Amino acid sequence: METYTLIVLLLAATIRVATPLLLAALAGMFSERSGVIALGLEGMMLGAAFTSASVAAVSGSAWLGLGAGVATGMALALLLAFACVTHRGNQVVAGMALNIMVAGLGPALALAWFDLGGQTPQLEGPGQRFLALTWPWAAAADKVPFPGRLYSQLLSGHNLIVYLAAVLVPLSAWLLYRTRFGLRLRAVGENPSAVDTAGISVTRLRYQAVLISGVLCGVAGTYLSTAASAGFVRDMTAGKGYLALAALIFGKWKPYPTLGACLLFAFTDALATRLQGVDLPLVGVIPVQFILALPYVLTVLLLAGFVGTAVPPAAIGVPYAKEK
Amino acid sequence: MSPPAKLPRWAELGLLPAINLIAALLLSGAIIRLIGESPWAALKLMADGAFGSQESIGYTFYYATNFIFTGLAVAVAYHAGLFNIGAEGQAYIGGLGTGLVCLWLGAWPFWAVLPLAILAGALFGAAWAFIPAWLQARRGSHIVITTIMFNFIASALMTWLLVNVLIRPGQQSPETREFAPNAFMPGLHTLLGKIGIPFTSTPLNLAFLLALAAAALVWVLLWRTRWGYALRVAGRNPAAAVYAGIRPPRVTLGAMLLSGALAGSLGLNELMGSQHRILLDFPGGAGFVGIAVALMGRNQPVGIFLAAVLFGALVQGGSQLSFDMPHVNRDMVVVIQGLVILLCGAMENVFRGPLSRLFAGKTRSPKSEIRNDGGPDA
Repeated sequence: METYTLIVLLLAATIRVATPLLLAALAGMFSERSGVIALGLEGMMLGAAFTSASVAAVSGSAWLGLGAGVATGMALALLLAFACVTHRGNQVVAGMALNIMVAGLGPALALAWFDLGGQTPQLEGPGQRFLALTWPWAAAADKVPFPGRLYSQLLSGHNLIVYLAAVLVPLSAWLLYRTRFGLRLRAVGENPSAVDTAGISVTRLRYQAVLISGVLCGVAGTYLSTAASAGFVRDMTAGKGYLALAALIFGKWKPYPTLGACLLFAFTDALATRLQGVDLPLVGVIPVQFILALPYVLTVLLLAGFVGTAVPPAAIGVPYAKEK
Repeated sequence: MSPPAKLPRWAELGLLPAINLIAALLLSGAIIRLIGESPWAALKLMADGAFGSQESIGYTFYYATNFIFTGLAVAVAYHAGLFNIGAEGQAYIGGLGTGLVCLWLGAWPFWAVLPLAILAGALFGAAWAFIPAWLQARRGSHIVITTIMFNFIASALMTWLLVNVLIRPGQQSPETREFAPNAFMPGLHTLLGKIGIPFTSTPLNLAFLLALAAAALVWVLLWRTRWGYALRVAGRNPAAAVYAGIRPPRVTLGAMLLSGALAGSLGLNELMGSQHRILLDFPGGAGFVGIAVALMGRNQPVGIFLAAVLFGALVQGGSQLSFDMPHVNRDMVVVIQGLVILLCGAMENVFRGPLSRLFAGKTRSPKSEIRNDGGPDA
């Protein structure tokens, strides 16, 4: 029974770690499916984490924080689109530039505004954070280990954004595969000139896709600073944007496989935390670093074609120049 | 949409980067104003902090040394049509090689340690670049993604090595023991002192001259050898290169090996020259600054040197700034770096269009064949 509880807790931790990854990976999916490389996920998330925590701290409302986070994500996305779509700049460089700029800007503004050494104030007041929601009868169900504890620990007890992220997977799949917009979005990532010939604006579609990714990264960043923790700290995304990109590739740019990849990567993370310094029978102590590096190794192996194949959208990274 | 713009060579190499840089600095100034400090005072403080005394000049060039190595690394790959975002990881692993030589052979005389340390750094860095290069050349894996992944893998590997293997026994912080003094890179002040020029003691060391030599070497290799010619042809037009008898996959491997070796040389400056031990995260983002340096410097050795000095000055001047302005910290430097990359790299076409129209209107310029650089991915 002890092992069972441990596993349930491990899976619950997996869900919490997977949420920002999933949001960012879905963000990347929209962007990359439209043909724009999503290297700016990290920066958009980090920027949103900073503004949402700041606004939540000043206004006392997590919801206003979320609004600010989403607005920041969209503003940074607009900047990316302006550089990459309008001016056909290099998408890799633009993404890296955004990440580096925001990594400095967050702590710099935090120091100037709050004078706490580059952090935002701790979110302690009521309503400043998205807290865990307890579902009805969770306490009662917890007394019955199976299946009650699955209900009380796995389904119940997460914050709103976790459930939002879960809903967004089928929603994204529907948008991408069942709507006219989704069809055009996928087409523009594969063959933009065909889309252009059909009289649809490539620029407009790519702007829309990048903006959607900004919104989703905004939610992901808000999750990091106002739900998973209580405030913004320097570099709090800690490479999650790149990990999300890896998950997106691992999920072959498709919604459900991407969800699977995010859960897998989050599980390795949760496992690494759990196994820190634990002496396992037969294998001994597994170095945490190896478990943490596993998602990156797996992605490289996938990209190398040793574990299945990952075929990116055909027009990815290529700026579209309209014929005269 | 702006047409594929062509500019005279001097405008392409000098004017456009200058305009982009000024735009980046203006934006940075606006942010400093937003914070509530005077941008003009900040600029003066930074310039003074970077070049005001022998000590500050020494520090500026010491930081620049790292950026020359990583900037060259990014540039060499760029000329081969590759985007090496993995300079950070290659520098980290290369530094491991250099550090191991210094730890093991510290008892040897310096003139014997130095070539081995250079060789080990280059080899380790090249080896770390080889895997993504091979995957790109033979299996078609996108090198941008694989080099990013290899940065994280390098970081995990080094953390593990430093925490579990190389850590000095009986010590908490994950770093090795100090190198033997034989393995210290001589400071430039000592070298200058020997020929009778007094200079303040700073971390600036012999590695700076090695970086200059590396820049010269890159120039010779890329622009004065058959190999370099093949590399540049394959980078610009792989299809044409095949018809010229060049094998692009082989070029990819060669370019990335050289790129990794250059990035791997960072340890010569950072570890042998200053830290004298291997410690966590010693590249400190220099691999990413290298991207900015290469972009600013237009991927030319001289340009890279100038851009590296500029970024060294930003780092050194920025730390001075954070002393004197309580509301500005070193993160401001990172913002400026990001803005420079954004404007010089991703948004260069913003000013290219108007500028080229200006030139087209003024002069019937001879058709200078300069590529509309959207980067290797464009």
